[in-house]
Amino acid sequence: MNSRLLRELKKLLGPESVLHAPEELLLYEYDGSVETGRPECVVFPRTTTDVLGIVQLARKHKTPIVGRGSGTGLSGGAIARHGGIVASFARMNRIVEIDAENQVARVQPGVVNSDLSAAVADLGLHFAPDPSSQKACTIGGNVSENSGGPHTLAYGVTTNHVLGLEVVLPTGEVLRLGNSALDPAGYDLTGLFVGSEGTFGLVTEITVKLTRLLETVKTLLAIFDSVDDATETVAEITARGITPAACEMLDGWTIRAVEDYVHAGFPLDCAAILLIDVDGLKEETEAEAAEVGEVCRAHNAREVRVARNTRERELLWKGRKNAFGAVGRVSPSYYTQDGVIPRTKLPATLRRIGEIARTYGLQIGNVFHAGDGNLHPIILFDERDEKQFRDTVAAADEIIAFCVQAGGSITGEHGVGMEKDRLMPLLFSEADLELMKRVRAIFNPEGLLNPGKIFPSTKGCGEIYVRPPRNGNTTPAEKRP
Amino acid sequence: MTLAAGETVTRLAEISGAANVITDSAQLAGYEIDGLVPSAAVKPGTREEICEIVKFCAAEKLAIIPCGGRSKLSMGGTPARYDVAVDATRLDRIVVYDPNDLTLSVEPGIPLQRLAGVLAGHQQFVPLAVPFLSRATAGGTIASGVDSPLRQLYGTARDFLLGMEFVTGEGIWGKSGGLVVKNVAGYDLHKLMIGAMGTLGIITKLNFRTFPAPRSPRVFSASFDSCDDALELRRRVMQSPLRVLTLDILNPGAVQMLSSEIAARLEPGPDCVDRIAKDKWAVLAAFASSGALLQRYQEEMNRMAKEAGCEDCEIAGDENRPTAFGRVREFVPIALESSAATVTLKLSVLPTKVGKLLDAVSSAAQENGVRFATYTGGLGVSYVALLPDGRDEDWRGRVLKAADDIGNACAQLGGNVTIPWAPGEWKSFLKIWGPERTEFAQMRELKKVFDPAGILAPGRFAGGI
Repeated sequence: MNSRLLRELKKLLGPESVLHAPEELLLYEYDGSVETGRPECVVFPRTTTDVLGIVQLARKHKTPIVGRGSGTGLSGGAIARHGGIVASFARMNRIVEIDAENQVARVQPGVVNSDLSAAVADLGLHFAPDPSSQKACTIGGNVSENSGGPHTLAYGVTTNHVLGLEVVLPTGEVLRLGNSALDPAGYDLTGLFVGSEGTFGLVTEITVKLTRLLETVKTLLAIFDSVDDATETVAEITARGITPAACEMLDGWTIRAVEDYVHAGFPLDCAAILLIDVDGLKEETEAEAAEVGEVCRAHNAREVRVARNTRERELLWKGRKNAFGAVGRVSPSYYTQDGVIPRTKLPATLRRIGEIARTYGLQIGNVFHAGDGNLHPIILFDERDEKQFRDTVAAADEIIAFCVQAGGSITGEHGVGMEKDRLMPLLFSEADLELMKRVRAIFNPEGLLNPGKIFPSTKGCGEIYVRPPRNGNTTPAEKRP
Repeated sequence: MTLAAGETVTRLAEISGAANVITDSAQLAGYEIDGLVPSAAVKPGTREEICEIVKFCAAEKLAIIPCGGRSKLSMGGTPARYDVAVDATRLDRIVVYDPNDLTLSVEPGIPLQRLAGVLAGHQQFVPLAVPFLSRATAGGTIASGVDSPLRQLYGTARDFLLGMEFVTGEGIWGKSGGLVVKNVAGYDLHKLMIGAMGTLGIITKLNFRTFPAPRSPRVFSASFDSCDDALELRRRVMQSPLRVLTLDILNPGAVQMLSSEIAARLEPGPDCVDRIAKDKWAVLAAFASSGALLQRYQEEMNRMAKEAGCEDCEIAGDENRPTAFGRVREFVPIALESSAATVTLKLSVLPTKVGKLLDAVSSAAQENGVRFATYTGGLGVSYVALLPDGRDEDWRGRVLKAADDIGNACAQLGGNVTIPWAPGEWKSFLKIWGPERTEFAQMRELKKVFDPAGILAPGRFAGGI
């Protein structure tokens, strides 16, 4: 890296806030995806002014800059694809203000998702978006990726909970978009920025809605001897107009991997389970749980269990939320996909995934947000085996192509990043992408901020994906969606 | 216009057929905005025709204003230019409705009520109980960004609009989002189009998430002697485990206005507002009441209302009218008919600041001798109708002064203020879009990207866009 830039960064932030030794940078090559890219330095701003200073230096030296939260992302959003500076928000992790009565909070981007919910739990509130990585991922990262989670089925994704943003543009401007009052005049720039995958600006403060915790939650575990029965159940729950707070599915292979690790009490001999939360007033949850149970049984559920207390509930959810960690124990590497389909197409899609697994001779597990049609097939591979790695990517692409054909999307909550840039033409025309690029150029005219993301590069896909194998076990610790 | 009107008409007729081009002045008067009438209105039948029309207008620098049911043309700023109205009412199909997936794709010209009828057949709905409902189209509702009392539970369009297709000011067909309930591929350009007044593009398709219709909705109403007591009930409901569909607070002026003969003519049928004493503040809350829920809501709402100081509350059994908040929904249209020159402000503050805001509204209106009505949603968005008894300069001065004072008070409380509806000839005196904001600069850049020739609804939007 340009040594003058490094000197200037150290002067701006103090030497303790700039990492540049190769061994220090190693950790920042990864996120939760299968992508890598080495930054030339990592900086740790503490204030908006610091961020502004970093941006100005990056601009002066024409150096790329990439924002990063905890690095749990699954599409390479926080990876320095073209080198340059990684700005880690780990030290901007303060909850600035909690206004319980108005149900809003202001937080810095480095606040860990579940820390905010924990901070307001005594007030009967929570921050509703709950990615499975919520104990590690940051709200800044959630904003960049427009993250989801199991309970977004009823509560919506991150964008539904963000009222305002303070952002530093790569042009050196600081903007305050939106505010805690509703409906500011003008175009919805807050809505545009959420989910822009760090390509418009660096978010330095977020105003979020807090959601009231409901009176009762009931967790049901429905056990099936056939995947088809489980997916048909989800389709009928949806069709009946029941909106559970969450409706998650795990297939038999994943259940066995999880049970070995978490001991959540999932049966080892079944083909699939559904984990369903219903919440609301006591009176409505009872009725809804009964109706959900009835639908499960009508579709041949072998058993429907209702968690009897909080401990049982938490254990079942622990099983779900640690599924990816469990998979990491049994395979050197895995690739998690993130396709979306209309809920009516669930049975056909799961069958197709099974066929694809057989065609390539790969093990594919399924653990996903069934209620909103957001699939997470997990393809296991050993990345030292180049053919298997290629097959994994090819199988993943076939799954995504099937999702798109079924009327769905290439990503439901993980983002496009550098993982799916080449798949964007499946959904968008050249004119659509050109328009989006022109919108990006308003905020990020020189392309210095998070370059090489979202939009297809001119390279062929083979070139992007062939890379030398890493040494040893390279599964990142926080590989959870 | 650089072209003779005749040449414009000829070209539009070539694109959409002569039968779909309106040149008759009596009919064109129906497209009037703030005294401006276009030289032609065209009713395209396909997206491709819209692309052609826009390309032609861009080349000739003709200003277009897109429209649907034309119920909200008077919203926003006075157009800087207005040559051609692009009327989307022929694009009125349901393109995809998958009730089992709860997703829906429609063309912009579909009337909301017709759509509601189709969805009701599957016990579903899209939570857009918007003003001017009987005339509103899906496209106009999204482009104008009007909200609905149902935002209390369901949010606004930005929360359930899944995707969109549109034609930009260069005549290029574009899209954003999709037709699945969860999707993060690409930038959410469709969010920009909500409330953009047609300044970024002409909507050609809208994808919505649908919802199960609330079962057996009922309306609870309570009346109070003071604003503070009414707001106290709001606070208690918000902190309770109850999840109401709507939560609306009316001042005595609004109770009077919404139970007037004008109101009954515009929104006929029984309405719970009729049962409230005319000198009281009212709190109205709708809720779904299937099974054991009715009793629970009844008990808790009554208890909270009494604790807040209510003397008189009841639950209206209103099975046949799930939109029983009909008069509240039609607050703006009723206000527009209730005065010689209604000016309607939209004010948003944090819920805890609503009391101070409504005090300031009341002082400003009374000091200037202007009748007024206020309607506040549970989340802190208020509509204030200033209802002058005349349209002359004296009245104008008083209304402008009151509007200015209210706007300043709202800004001081950290709120957002716009003036969506005002008489055309008064608009130049009013800050229709509130004070200038720093991000208006980026918004103007966005406008240039979507509409480099500046032909889409020029002058109607914030920041002079």
